[in-house]
Amino acid sequence: MTAAQPPRRAPSGDAGPRLRVLAAMSGGVDSAVAAARMVDAGHDVTGVHLALSPSPALLRDGARGCCSVEDSRDARRAADVLGIPFYVWDLAERFREDVVEDFLAEYAAGRTPNPCVRCNERIKFAAVLDRALALGFDVVATGHYARLDDGVLRRAVDPAKDQSYVLGVLTPEQLAHAVLPLGASLKSDVRVEAAARGLLVADKPDSHDVCFIPDGDTAGFLRRRLGAAPGPVRDLTGATVGAHEGAYAFTVGQRRGLGLATPAADGEPRYVLEVSPAARTVTVGPREALDVTGLDGEHLRWCGPTPQLPAPVLVQVRAHGEAVAATASWLVAAPAQGASPEADGDRAGLRLELAQPLRGVAPGQSAVLYDGDRVLGSVTVRTAHRPG
Amino acid sequence: MRCSDALGVGDDAYHRRVSAYLDHAATTPMRPEAVEAMTAAMVRVGNPSSMHGAGRAARRLVEESREAVAEALGARPSEVVFTSGGTEADNLAVKGLYWARHEAEPRRTRVLVGAGEHHAVLDPARWLAESQGASAELVALDPDGRVTPGALAAALGPQPSDVALVSVMWANNEVGALSPVAELTALAHDHGIPVHSDAVQAAATLPVDFAATGLDAMTVTGHKLGGPLGVGALLLSRTASAVPVLHGGGQERDVRSGTLDTPAIAGFAAAILAAAAERATTTKRLAALRERLVRGVLARVPDAVVNGPTDPGQRLPGTAHLSFPGCEGDALLMLLDAQGVECSTGSACSAGVPRASHVLLAMGVPEPLARGSLRFSLGHTSTDGDVDALLTAVAGVVERARRAGLTSMGAALAGTRS
Repeated sequence: MTAAQPPRRAPSGDAGPRLRVLAAMSGGVDSAVAAARMVDAGHDVTGVHLALSPSPALLRDGARGCCSVEDSRDARRAADVLGIPFYVWDLAERFREDVVEDFLAEYAAGRTPNPCVRCNERIKFAAVLDRALALGFDVVATGHYARLDDGVLRRAVDPAKDQSYVLGVLTPEQLAHAVLPLGASLKSDVRVEAAARGLLVADKPDSHDVCFIPDGDTAGFLRRRLGAAPGPVRDLTGATVGAHEGAYAFTVGQRRGLGLATPAADGEPRYVLEVSPAARTVTVGPREALDVTGLDGEHLRWCGPTPQLPAPVLVQVRAHGEAVAATASWLVAAPAQGASPEADGDRAGLRLELAQPLRGVAPGQSAVLYDGDRVLGSVTVRTAHRPG
Repeated sequence: MRCSDALGVGDDAYHRRVSAYLDHAATTPMRPEAVEAMTAAMVRVGNPSSMHGAGRAARRLVEESREAVAEALGARPSEVVFTSGGTEADNLAVKGLYWARHEAEPRRTRVLVGAGEHHAVLDPARWLAESQGASAELVALDPDGRVTPGALAAALGPQPSDVALVSVMWANNEVGALSPVAELTALAHDHGIPVHSDAVQAAATLPVDFAATGLDAMTVTGHKLGGPLGVGALLLSRTASAVPVLHGGGQERDVRSGTLDTPAIAGFAAAILAAAAERATTTKRLAALRERLVRGVLARVPDAVVNGPTDPGQRLPGTAHLSFPGCEGDALLMLLDAQGVECSTGSACSAGVPRASHVLLAMGVPEPLARGSLRFSLGHTSTDGDVDALLTAVAGVVERARRAGLTSMGAALAGTRS
């Protein structure tokens, strides 16, 4: 990293030196209140809205997204109310390359990516953070619900809103320049606070879906972008039980929308077990066959110091999934010559032996490791091991 | 909005801050004469179209204002069509003149507009092409940003009798280049083509004589010369015919409808008179200030590039347009803004996302250099202090923006990503 000096930190937001803060403002209530708290703490705050779509819609479509011109205006109005300078940064090209194309490539390869993780890793806490530091800012503040104290990333106090999962990919260097002012707050309190501050976005609905698929139709988006690739749906015996228009549109664990012509012999519902776009094949089977007892992960990121392995951890594989107990150990396939696997984050992977089976884990998902409520790091699932 | 606050206060804190305003081409402070004329008119009732005493009084003020605007711009009062500003006047000219000329001679379907026109001209021309069966063609700029008679002749091509309209701006709003409007008009008139010119920037600081150019239509606006926002005019020669864009009461020569904004028109007229009265001295003063600004920036940032004509006779006196290699314009703007120096990157889309200026690209400036450009524009309230503030800040700002420019190519925090 370029900034060799550690940033001047404000330990818990309101004490400590005055920081030059870049507040990423999506136009939603959370990032507006996060910016407001940084202003209250006496920091020198500048609001920036990230333009991520090359052709933004003029108006928001329902509750979704953060990329319309209307969202940009909402962010601007919030900055007005806070009395801070405000700019729009055009990151549409970076976002297209690093998030949207990655999303498509992952699905095309039969994996299930999390674009929010990718956006945090490559856009918000990379492209934006890099530019902010170069322009003289000390930190980037966002409205994520997670706690970050003295560089230690933890789950948010509000369990329903906890977003530590999508931040589990950040390195200590990135976290050292991040501030998350909402981690100790309840969402309901944040809304009340926004209203009290005169922020019009106080009752704006939460966004849930993939921001670049505003209609929520991921399968339709993939079909438009990847084209039709029809093939068979097979069961575990290899028998063809149906047909599909593109294997990439299916996700491991999916039950609905399979459109199977032949019913299962036992009459039980069937689930997607495996997706292989290369072979144009979707494999389905009974619910029990979804059970996963172990995961191999690559693309390792530690949020703090590298822990001693093997070690007991908690593993979470979805943004709002439950964490399960596991044992993490090094997975050393072919370490680079002369490099210890621990030191070589990109080449070393992890094996996660689960204490109890998880159901329906797809390659491409992020597996985030916790120690209690502390985020240790993450891997991207490469292989899911079935029992036996 | 907190409703208990009085509306109209806006960002009071901003206005208490000392800043160097170097963006007069975006809008310039209202002249005291305009504020006085406008506020006096605001408290009086009267629709200038009404027949009674109040209406007659308002009408008289409108007509006196019309005469003042006409006098200041070398036009006749009957040639002044008041509008809501420059964009409306440009739309009326481009669409209205096209429709009328095309209707009179249906074979005329081509619209020729300068490649560096404001979007208020470019976009109506494109709209005519997309939805009205016209074909919109760009007239090339020379490397200084001007439309030369040679370029227009080339654009007219072998079939000038198919052309329905030529529109070329008097002074470019970004780089300040002046095009030879009278010569271009004569050339187009040889082929029976009506000519419009957007003189929004030129009228602010230069003597502009509508009749002398032979133009059929010319756009001016109030707020660029010290009048209020929201009022402007299209000068439409008595021989020109234009189809209306706004239909209704037909208040303005039956070519523009809508109740006339008497206070704004009075403020506009007062501003144009005040601007004309001090023009000679202001122009000289701005030219000297601009020279100081450009020399000062080049002394501090030797590799900066000045865009637009070098000959002072071929550009606006108060506009300086510079490119800073290796920088992003929006980073420069933000860093200067943080130091109280206010300028412009030139063009912005509705989301406020900066793009490389189409004017610079049309002048042949390479895209990366075009993205690192700033416009500094001086006006009637500009002082040496404004230039000093820029010169104090510019070296540090450019250095930092350059570092950020490198970063956006992926240098910082390297090693944390695959």
